[in-house]
Amino acid sequence: MGTVAAHGLRKSFGKVQALDGVTLDVPDGSFFVVLGPSGAGKTTTLRAIAGLEQLDAGSVHLDGRDATGDTPAERDLAMVFQSYALYPRRTAYENIASPLRARRRSPGEIAAAVDRVASLLHIERLLQRRPAQLSGGEMQRVALARALVRSPRAFLMDEPLTNLDLKLRVEMRTELTRIHRSLGATFVYVTNDQVEALSMADRVAVLKEGKVQQIGTPAEVYERPANQWVAGFVGSPPISLLPCQAQGDHLVGAEGWTLPRPRWATAEDGRALVLGLRAEDLSVERRGDASLPGELYGLEPLGDRTVVDVRVGTEILKVKARPTVTGSPGERLRVTVDLDRAHLFDAGTGLSLAKAGTR
Amino acid sequence: MRFSVRGRAVLEVALLSVLAVVMLFPVLWMIETSLKENRDVYAVPAKLFNFDVTLDHYRDVFVSSGLSVAFLNSVIVAGASTVLATVLGVPAAWAYSRFAVKAKKDQLFFILSTRFMPPVVVVIPIFLMYRYIGLIDSALGLILIYTAFNVPFTIWMMKGFVDEVPAEYEDAAMLDGYTRLQAFRKFTLPLLVPGIAATAVFALIFSWNEFVFAIFLTSSDEVRTAPPAIAGLIGGTTVDWGLVAASSVVFALPVLIFAYLVRKHLVAGVTLGAVRR
Ligand SMILES: Nc1ncnc2c1ncn2[C@@H]1O[C@H](COP(=O)(O)OP(=O)(O)OP(=O)(O)O)[C@@H](O)[C@H]1O
Ligand SMILES: [Mg+2]
Repeated sequence: MGTVAAHGLRKSFGKVQALDGVTLDVPDGSFFVVLGPSGAGKTTTLRAIAGLEQLDAGSVHLDGRDATGDTPAERDLAMVFQSYALYPRRTAYENIASPLRARRRSPGEIAAAVDRVASLLHIERLLQRRPAQLSGGEMQRVALARALVRSPRAFLMDEPLTNLDLKLRVEMRTELTRIHRSLGATFVYVTNDQVEALSMADRVAVLKEGKVQQIGTPAEVYERPANQWVAGFVGSPPISLLPCQAQGDHLVGAEGWTLPRPRWATAEDGRALVLGLRAEDLSVERRGDASLPGELYGLEPLGDRTVVDVRVGTEILKVKARPTVTGSPGERLRVTVDLDRAHLFDAGTGLSLAKAGTR
Repeated sequence: MRFSVRGRAVLEVALLSVLAVVMLFPVLWMIETSLKENRDVYAVPAKLFNFDVTLDHYRDVFVSSGLSVAFLNSVIVAGASTVLATVLGVPAAWAYSRFAVKAKKDQLFFILSTRFMPPVVVVIPIFLMYRYIGLIDSALGLILIYTAFNVPFTIWMMKGFVDEVPAEYEDAAMLDGYTRLQAFRKFTLPLLVPGIAATAVFALIFSWNEFVFAIFLTSSDEVRTAPPAIAGLIGGTTVDWGLVAASSVVFALPVLIFAYLVRKHLVAGVTLGAVRR
């Protein structure tokens, strides 16, 4: 068992409201990602679950039992700290062995467990070094090993891959998902990298300024963002957002363009909206009924694809295209829009017009 | 005006030499006096080099003068008060650094404010209190008052050192399964050793050198510490300057030796914040 349930967590540091009613339900055995920009309260959330933060309000239940008043040791959790928090005077081996030593395991058992986790993370060579003799990426793997050496109720990981170079990060992503699957344990994983969130998570909670914006599967968060901010934060290249108004069967842009109103979107005339269009739902190569006039602004070749920047009025649209696409800046063109996949948000509240299940 | 690098170095050495002579002259004079026969001490003009060296005064310090008791008292009082101040002050500093204490700044300021006034301001009330509760003329009385003066200093200095040690080591240790106190003792405390050594040396030197409380609160030879005992040698009709000088040298030596032994820690203590973590 390993369910983690946090309800209505509130925590302020002086004037900063770090957590403003955060509620998360982490099912047993899931890979639960908390995604948010810097300062969103991700670390504070993890620390609250771990029992390291005195909460202003809220409760933490572990395996269905109220653990709000428990000490960190009693909660039986393992955590990878954003700053590693490796003990400076101890070797990597002693660091990794520490959770087992604290729990008075026999030396033989400790040695076997450290060896196992060291080979899992490919750090056998580093075991006799001290943290000062390790690179950032190596420290991060030792910190991961210190968590993985034990089988706690759940693993809490605070951006454990951010300091690795891209190649190692991609490798470790696969590795961690594999470890998660083989252990069948509960992971609460914090990151500000939406690619990481979408590729690794069973469930994602998007956090901003201490408030949960949306919780769902990666597909749900990507395909049906609950609000304009989530739509803008998740996805790369970022979603293009165009202010517009509903008028009869049409959407009329502030820049003068018109598009047919998507069938699923119901909005009274004159309501101020924001149209959200993802790069892959736009095309400069295909022809379609719904299209926007614009001019080529720039090309961003990315190897497997090219992102075409198209200027529509004063807004820049990011359009995904084949790597062979060509053009010169200033050239006039039309951008075809896949309206079935478009997103509409209320300009005032930022909330999505699509309710769950209506699409 | 511009100096060449070489000119600068020469000037620097010259100025430092002047400073060293001015600073060290009384010390040199004290050492010389302690080695001179008493008749050479009063010689006019002063004999700087051409005197007969004698160690008689040093023998007197330990054998006939009764000062050895005073030195022993100083060792006990300074040692005990330093240990007490460290044992009380280090955990307090840790608590002030790690926990959200109500009105923390005010409390810390209040603690520091006890160091603002010079001992001589409070010595009379303390004398009266001590006489009332029977602590007058006792080693315990001196130990307690020195501890009271050293605890605020220890808290302030140690809080700086504790602040430098990331709290996350303790957080990680607690998740490993240790209690909060175990986390402090096993993970933070070892990192504080240089700071504790530096702080203890300062506390020790304060207690060792302290004069005002010692002379007011103690009177008997069995309890007196070295500073009032040495001062007591001056007075009366004839002053044995050789003995005064020799006992002063003996008095200064432990502090010098101690500071020398922990000089690495003193430097480490000062530069703790610059160490890569
Ligand atoms: N100990 C503290 N004292 C004061 N403010 C704090 C403290 N810890 C966090 N905060 C503030 O609370 C907010 C949330 O911080 P938190 O560390 O949880 O963010 P985060 O989402 O982990 O960000 P990052 O991605 O940069 O690590 C921030 O505004 C931060 O400045
Ligand atoms: Mg963080």
